[in-house]
Amino acid sequence: MKVMSCLCFASIVLLAGAAHADDAIVHIDNFTFNPPEITVKPGTTVTWENGDDIPHSIVEDQGKFHSAAIDTSEKFSMTFADAGETSYFCGLHPHMKGKIIVKP
Amino acid sequence: MLRALLAALWLGIALPFMGRVFPETTATSVAGIKSHAPQSTLSKPRISASGKGQGMNDHDHENDGVNRRHALECMIWAGTGVLWTVASGVPQSLGLLGDAAAAEAAATGFTFLQISDSHVGFDKPANPHALDTLKEAMDHVSALKTKPAFILHTGDITHLSKPAEFDNAEKLISSAGLPVHYVPGEHDIVDEGTGKAYLERYGKNTKGSGWYSFDQNGVHFIGLVNVASLKAGGLGFLGADQLEWLEDDVNALKVSTPIVVFAHIPLWSIYPAWGWGTDDAAVALGYLKRFGSVTVLNGHIHQLMQKVEGNVTFHTARSTAFPQPAPGAAPSPGPMLVPAEKLRSVLGITSVTYSQGKEALAITDTALDSK
Repeated sequence: MKVMSCLCFASIVLLAGAAHADDAIVHIDNFTFNPPEITVKPGTTVTWENGDDIPHSIVEDQGKFHSAAIDTSEKFSMTFADAGETSYFCGLHPHMKGKIIVKP
Repeated sequence: MLRALLAALWLGIALPFMGRVFPETTATSVAGIKSHAPQSTLSKPRISASGKGQGMNDHDHENDGVNRRHALECMIWAGTGVLWTVASGVPQSLGLLGDAAAAEAAATGFTFLQISDSHVGFDKPANPHALDTLKEAMDHVSALKTKPAFILHTGDITHLSKPAEFDNAEKLISSAGLPVHYVPGEHDIVDEGTGKAYLERYGKNTKGSGWYSFDQNGVHFIGLVNVASLKAGGLGFLGADQLEWLEDDVNALKVSTPIVVFAHIPLWSIYPAWGWGTDDAAVALGYLKRFGSVTVLNGHIHQLMQKVEGNVTFHTARSTAFPQPAPGAAPSPGPMLVPAEKLRSVLGITSVTYSQGKEALAITDTALDSK
């Protein structure tokens, strides 16, 4: 059972990795980051696109970086050079959370 | 039927976080003025018997069906101001401003206004002209027969913290010629300096991210900031520094001092799934527990809602810009589109009257389309 869940997890990660080999987009709709978690390769530029009629922002959990307010239809991009995990939330609506996993 | 279901859903979710819910009671509705006189409803506040969500048993809400229905109606509105009466310590929304109660209160006390969530700069379909509706709100203020002592603005003055938005808001709000006491909303601190622009304008004589207190006719007013230094996954947040300041600020006050707290995000858990609450509000309220009359005024949720818990009355005001959906009634708390001809019925201002020697402040919510 344990092996199976490990396999499942690995394949999800692989699929996600393959789908975001170059650039990745995170849509913001209805106060939700979609997808809330993505896995990308080092060097990938992630772009957040706001589809809500209210601004949002991207703030790293520990405050390492933050975007300006991203208004309706605006975008914010960031390139993730190194492997690792970045958890973030919306600075205006902190119940909105997301994660970027960077894996070679 | 749908409303009843929504009410049940909302109460089911919200009750575990609340003591006792007293949504707005509509006393009268004349010429479009939605007036609320919760005084009768609230004269004998009942506290939830337990923290297990049992606060509203059959006996308790025997008479509240109408209240809840009206609460939902109020939620469908969004935007005027609220007129508050401070009557012997407790702010309450009055009946109509200018009615007998207001006159009486004005004779022995004073009134003040609350405006909120003006979102100057907002131009989306829910209200393409947020500046115009703020102007209409201020026209209402200027036309008041009972001149308020001052205005409280409970945040989201601007939509994006831009200098021009602050300028435009200031121009209109100052047109009433009244002192204005601000606290910031999350939309007021999204400038590059995360709040620097706000503090440069309104931070004089404040501490930290902009909190402060002042006194008026024996009533102690406390402006709190619960939109700064927010944490991942959290709600509104006051933080240790502000809480320490608050404890000290009220330390020397007599228990008979009426307290009015105003902050942007509600200091009670209305709907945490949408971020409508403040993580460390309980600590702040703990410092105020010994006072006989505490009134908490908030904005943020762009709709009227009221609750009484012990000696504490919680009230949220409408926006002057756009309405937001009732808790859980939409996929998200984003701006709610209503037919253009209905917009002004859901925007408004709030007025409060204080009368010496009375237990409660009186709160009046007035929609923009009232004459």
